[in-house]
Amino acid sequence: MKVKVGIPRALLYYNYFPMWNTFFEELGASVVLSNLTNKKILDDGVNCCVDDACLPMKVFHGHIVDLKDRVDFLFIPRLISVEKNEYICPKFCGLPDMVLNSVKGLPPVIDCTINLRNGYSSLRNAVLQVGRHFTRDYGKIYRAFRSSVARLKCYEGLMEKGATPLEAMNREICTEDDYCYTVGLIGHPYNIYDNYVSMGIIDKLRNRRIKVLTQDMVCAGELDRIARDFTKPMFWSFGKKIMAASQYLIEERHARGIIYLVAFGCGLDALVGDLVERRIRKKKIPFCLLTIDEHTGEAGIDTRLEAFIDMLEWKGAAKC
Amino acid sequence: MLVTFPHMGNAYIAMKSVLEDLGVEVLVPPPCTKKTLELGTKHSPELACLPLKLNIGNYIESLEKGAEVIVMAGGCGPCRFGYYAEVQREILEDLGYDFKMIVLERPQGNARDFVKKISMITGGKSVFQVLASIKRATRLSIMMDELEKLCWQTRPRETKKGTVTRLMQRFHEEAINTRGSKQLAVLIERYKNKMEHVKTQNEKEVLRIGIVGEIYTVIEPFVNIGIAEKLGSLEVEVEKSITVSYWVVNHLIKEALHLHNKQEIKEASHPYLRSFVGGHGQESVANTVIYNKKGYDGVIHLLPFTCMPEIVARSVLPTVSRNKGIPVMTLVLDEMTGEAGYMTRLEAFVDLIRRKKELENLDGEGLLSGN
Repeated sequence: MKVKVGIPRALLYYNYFPMWNTFFEELGASVVLSNLTNKKILDDGVNCCVDDACLPMKVFHGHIVDLKDRVDFLFIPRLISVEKNEYICPKFCGLPDMVLNSVKGLPPVIDCTINLRNGYSSLRNAVLQVGRHFTRDYGKIYRAFRSSVARLKCYEGLMEKGATPLEAMNREICTEDDYCYTVGLIGHPYNIYDNYVSMGIIDKLRNRRIKVLTQDMVCAGELDRIARDFTKPMFWSFGKKIMAASQYLIEERHARGIIYLVAFGCGLDALVGDLVERRIRKKKIPFCLLTIDEHTGEAGIDTRLEAFIDMLEWKGAAKC
Repeated sequence: MLVTFPHMGNAYIAMKSVLEDLGVEVLVPPPCTKKTLELGTKHSPELACLPLKLNIGNYIESLEKGAEVIVMAGGCGPCRFGYYAEVQREILEDLGYDFKMIVLERPQGNARDFVKKISMITGGKSVFQVLASIKRATRLSIMMDELEKLCWQTRPRETKKGTVTRLMQRFHEEAINTRGSKQLAVLIERYKNKMEHVKTQNEKEVLRIGIVGEIYTVIEPFVNIGIAEKLGSLEVEVEKSITVSYWVVNHLIKEALHLHNKQEIKEASHPYLRSFVGGHGQESVANTVIYNKKGYDGVIHLLPFTCMPEIVARSVLPTVSRNKGIPVMTLVLDEMTGEAGYMTRLEAFVDLIRRKKELENLDGEGLLSGN
């Protein structure tokens, strides 16, 4: 029987799932996913996580609870840094420890430390560390890793063409050109792409015939170019992307407005949100900051979204 | 050129005298008050952590008094402190203030940049003069912390309540009027001497509580509502894991020279928190273990609301407490913290520890205490 590895559908699932999925399958394991985020998962997460953690952390704990009894291994990597001289967030550095100390009755946890802050050399060890759970054949691990990286490249390529993670995972690409104008939607990937957490914000915007562009749907190289001009290099990879994207979407993609989806309690969003808002307001572009938490009512978000869209449309009509 | 800097506990004393030695005009911001906090909260992002808000309050109050240059420390993540200066500068610029902000941070590869920034403040003093004054600042902050430590040890044992607190009040009043590090060193010595002569009941058995957590909340008495003083008056001897001198020695000096040895911290926190999480998250866990080993009766963990590294520590600390059998209480501080509620929690915690200790001494016979 195949070994079952559980991957929670939360946090960086939306960034790296296709890669790890390929990796584990090539090593002969079967990957089990948690259910899509729902009320029960959120409630479980809120119950076992410390109360002042941010919403995405609580959601992650909920997914662990959902998954823990159905798998042989849980995969919870410790992602310290994914780019040189940058970090993700302090909570990601301590994620496995947080989970181990908050959720009871866990199956064995595969945890590896990925820290590319000082270069890519430590990645090799991390990959071998994970692979050794399944095989002693280093060549096999290496080949699995090669093809998983190729899969990730292809996935990211689809996203840069404008697909959401779900579409990119199914290898579909949204080719609708029947839209009126573009709106930039920025925020942490695990907030904007999780349909329960974001309350389907992408679909809501698309239903109004608006083209949605997020920070992952534009060329990463362009964002890096903009980020180099910051007065102080931003040391959070996601913060950097969000800040650069807000500028890029307005200047190069003519976004008519920017929506920033913020999770309550997120430390990065508190500072980055403020910086982004100050810059966008100076450009006289409409900006909407939506804060979501475990209590958010959908009606309230809908009202704000509708008001924002109406404003964009009036503003657009006045220009013509 | 009038230079100012944000408050952090007693750090202003060393900072002021050293800048004065270098011939810089210094404006120490008025002590943190409710008004400082209100100013800061009004102009800062809502979910930013408390230190950022108080810094903003300090800056505004100093700028209103005529300060022209702000000196601030920086960092390179992952804690938000590293990006404070950027956000604060934009906030103040948008408010229309005219000032220059000099951010002192660990040079990333380029030491010349750092030297240039220092000479911007000091106006062309030689590198040796600057280095000598950094050394003096370090020595002063160590002396200052020794005085404070003496305070924490004397307060629970003093015969006449309030002696130590009054003494320290007088010290701070005099310290602000000294000029240069020499005068200050003399003053500190004098007060240390006075402190040693405060009448105490040495045979009295007091509880010992260690304070761990985020550096600003541990050090700044306005934020932690004078926790050392409050616990002292409850006849508890306090020890803080992080002090100004610890920060200066380990983070500013040793880390810049790559000498900071974190082995002890790593080993102590090992089974619980196995990685660096930014800020002092790992230190909080490690110091709880260390305090337990040293035989302390309890640990209080302080953090500002939404502090990222300390939230990780907080989720791990209950396990440490359970495994080691040391009581740990977490207090989250923000602009809404009320003194009465805070005091109640401190009293309750101290009562619990005292009761636990009594039970242990009675071999679990469980008599109710008579007082």
